[in-house]
Amino acid sequence: MRTQLSLGWPVLRRVAVLPLVAMCGLGTSAAVSAAAGAWEPTKPVEFVIPAGTGGGADQMARLLQGIVVKHSLMKQSLIPINKSGGAGAEGFLDVKGAKGDPHKIVITLSNLFTTPLATGVPFNWKDLTPVAMLALDQFVLWVNAEAPYTTAKEYIDAAKKAGPGKFKMAGTGSKQEDQIITVALERTTGAKFTYVPFKGGGDVATQLVGKHVDSTVNNPIEAVAQWRAGKLRPLCVFDDHRMPYKAKVTDKQSWNDIPTCKESGVPTDYVMLRGIFMPAGVPPEAVNFYVELFKKVRETPEWKDFMERGAFNQTFMSGKEFGEWVAKAEQEHVGLMKEAGFLAKK
Amino acid sequence: MSENPEPASAASGGISMRTMEIATALFFFAVGSLVVYDSHRLGSSWGSDGPEAGYFPFFIGMLICISSAVILCQAIWGRNAGRSGVFVEWQPLRQVMAVLLPALVFVLGIQVIGLYVASAIYIAGFMRWLGKYSWVKSVLLGVAVAAAAFATFEIWFQVPLFKGAFDPLSRLGY
Amino acid sequence: MEDIGALFHGFSVALTPFNLLLMFIGVSLGVIIGVLPGLGGANGIAILLPLTFSMPPTSAIIMLSCIYWGALFGGAITSILFNIPGEPWSVATTFDGYPMAQQGHAGEALTAAFTSSFVGAFVAVVMITFLAPLVARFALQFGPPEFFAVYFLTFCSFIGMGKEPPFKIMAAMMLGFALAAVGIDTVTGQLRLIFGWHELMRGFDFLIAVIGLFGIGEILLSMEEGLSFQGRSARIDPKIVIQTWKKLPRYWATMVRSCLIGCWMGITPGGATPASFMSYGVAKRVSRDGNKFGTGVIEGVIAPETAAHAAGTSALLPMLSLGIPGSPTAAVLLGGLLIWGLQPGPLLFVEQKDFVWGLIASMYLGNIAGLIIVITCVPLFAAILRVPFSIIAPVIVVICAIGAYTVHNAMLDIWFMMLFGVLGYVFKKLSYPLAPLVLALVLGDRAEDSFRQSMLIAQGDVRIFFSNFLVGGIMSLALVLLLWPLFSRLRASLRRTAPAPT
Repeated sequence: MRTQLSLGWPVLRRVAVLPLVAMCGLGTSAAVSAAAGAWEPTKPVEFVIPAGTGGGADQMARLLQGIVVKHSLMKQSLIPINKSGGAGAEGFLDVKGAKGDPHKIVITLSNLFTTPLATGVPFNWKDLTPVAMLALDQFVLWVNAEAPYTTAKEYIDAAKKAGPGKFKMAGTGSKQEDQIITVALERTTGAKFTYVPFKGGGDVATQLVGKHVDSTVNNPIEAVAQWRAGKLRPLCVFDDHRMPYKAKVTDKQSWNDIPTCKESGVPTDYVMLRGIFMPAGVPPEAVNFYVELFKKVRETPEWKDFMERGAFNQTFMSGKEFGEWVAKAEQEHVGLMKEAGFLAKK
Repeated sequence: MSENPEPASAASGGISMRTMEIATALFFFAVGSLVVYDSHRLGSSWGSDGPEAGYFPFFIGMLICISSAVILCQAIWGRNAGRSGVFVEWQPLRQVMAVLLPALVFVLGIQVIGLYVASAIYIAGFMRWLGKYSWVKSVLLGVAVAAAAFATFEIWFQVPLFKGAFDPLSRLGY
Repeated sequence: MEDIGALFHGFSVALTPFNLLLMFIGVSLGVIIGVLPGLGGANGIAILLPLTFSMPPTSAIIMLSCIYWGALFGGAITSILFNIPGEPWSVATTFDGYPMAQQGHAGEALTAAFTSSFVGAFVAVVMITFLAPLVARFALQFGPPEFFAVYFLTFCSFIGMGKEPPFKIMAAMMLGFALAAVGIDTVTGQLRLIFGWHELMRGFDFLIAVIGLFGIGEILLSMEEGLSFQGRSARIDPKIVIQTWKKLPRYWATMVRSCLIGCWMGITPGGATPASFMSYGVAKRVSRDGNKFGTGVIEGVIAPETAAHAAGTSALLPMLSLGIPGSPTAAVLLGGLLIWGLQPGPLLFVEQKDFVWGLIASMYLGNIAGLIIVITCVPLFAAILRVPFSIIAPVIVVICAIGAYTVHNAMLDIWFMMLFGVLGYVFKKLSYPLAPLVLALVLGDRAEDSFRQSMLIAQGDVRIFFSNFLVGGIMSLALVLLLWPLFSRLRASLRRTAPAPT
């Protein structure tokens, strides 16, 4: 019972488009970039958010919508729709079912990989057309500012010393990125945490400020406000190089001053995709239109500002390069989830 | 909204209270059993660090089964079991069906031709056949409500509503 | 007293003609959003957010917070007139609001609802103005055990008050819990109770159930009584507002109590929905007319509305002072702050004084503007009931269908709504109570999540629920409320044996 049988994309046009798509296949947007502007949306574009209102993906999607409106980058409107059911599976299944509909795009986070692996819900990124990577989101190990630990090593050693079950790590969701990082951290260091899942990144940060848990692996944007107010302390960033932003965030520190976890002697890294996908079987001109659209978005001051505030890794990819990146990322997730024992029982 | 309809007169009759009580209790029992079954699959014990995923649902399911079993027994053998209360008489039931069935057709209509068109037809039809309004009035109001909904949701708030499998409105560019 | 100066500066920021215009537009839009079930609250703000991107931040937040006010006010309208709660926190308003409308007192019920909303919100705003930094820290005290204690308290304040057969109450409530458990389990990430049917993954939203059980169910019940009645006699007398206002001061105690419950629940971020239920439950216990609750008592409208709005408003406080969204709507507003280039969080009060005090001033003004708009419209709303049933019934069904669809943009939900409609009709006739079912559906999964999070933290040790003063206090209060019926029965039997004191 798929509900989105068709959302107004005329039947005739779809028939005409299908053979074209079959010829072009996936990820050809780079090849046809010369034809930019050839295709344009003819009706409002649905922007599916596979996460709840107020979360990181939601904020980014609504910012994108805001930028598109403010700078009139598109004639038709962009309408964000939250489909967060089943850890985002609802949104992905919806896009999967809208084959050939170029008026639908979806923003993804790691649940693109983790949800089907953990729940066995039948979808895969290959059911979608990769459009562009907007940014990579970082993860930082945070502790309460009143805790005695100033480096990741001190903290991990304390956790090791205390033994299993004593240190609590809060994170968003179960068997998703936060828990994957926690498990990876446990494997590389030998410390044992009790992972406590919450519904959103905001809740997680609050729990840490209130000292109900000992640490979190929040994204920078989820915890920056509390950091600036001197409530939280960043220990290390889960990436292989430091974040590039050198402007002072607090009185003393910038994002760049946070060491990588590798430097701190707890070698673990993980970054999260913030990317845009479309349904399968859409014309390459349409994919190209969105690639160009998001390129324009990246040039706006609002976007740059947002990137800096959230200390995002601003890598942009599209076309074949992006497709390969996603394929690689999926393999990594399969590996990580298998090691952690998070794969759904078949 | 009387809780208990007047005692059945011999002429009219209807579905008896007892039948409905039994049917509802059986419905609850079925739901409860389903819940218990699935919770058992998920694991319904109290693990080392608290209850498993199926722990609460398991007891919820059990409680549904137990309460429905009690209700069932009361309905069959209880003090009031012999009393022939009437759940709904045939005449009112016909009126309820006169609303329920068109509403179901309306939902089916949404599935096929989309919310706006189905709404217009449904309101017009309801007014014409159940309200005995003139065709002109009925159709005018039906179309007006659908148009108002369209303007509010599709254009103003930009919330796309369900357009149905055939989507008659796509001719208009939406 | 520096704050007061800042507030007056805020008024001067907010009181430009352009901003006043935005306020009225915002409130009107909000009312529409609140009236349409399914939209509203978080969704409504999210939908209208882009309208504000081209405005200066202060004007934008003024407009958005006015939409928020409007939505808060609007939720009560459909609850009272058609028994369809437009918002989760309006469910408790239907218990007495709808019977009042049925008895021809729609105007009175609406006036009482709007006025008590206003009072609740106003008290909360005053609290935000003067106690912000002090109170905000309280929100941080709340970890999973405290949250569970609050949900437990809500259940306890509400349970055991029905007159229905106990096993039916049990069955209905457990059905609510079971429905709440459908979907993905937060703690383990497992899919529960979906039996391989992936459409069920999103679970049963409480709004779908409520629109069906209350809205559609009510239409079926009315049909059974026949199509004969051509609308209810509703007096459209503007004087009704004044007359109701004269009565309201009598219920000051209920209002004060509800304000306290609401502010507390808003700050903690328990939210407006538990606040409204809890306040209704407590009012029923404490009131002299307690056993008349549910038949159309004005107090039964005042209590939930005051608390819901006090909570809804004070939920903005943790957002402003700590950067913690107290409600989904606040979370969307928070996203808005980011888009305008403002950094929500503890430093907002220091770095963006103009903005914050402009916002707080707009809360006062928006609330007043909202009250003026909705109160003047009371006769208009009440007059809707005069529309003949054969016109209004299909329109309500259509609105219900739209509402059910917009919750998740899912066609299947409309079918579920119809199913719940039939259930609502049958349950009502067999005296299965609907309120416990709805309460369990709203709070069931949240209560379970916080319980299991507590268990993870405590490694399965149940004593965590009495581990500190705060959580222990709330739990004890909950247990007292749970056993209250026993106390009162005991007291009653003692009274019977002793010579009746006057």
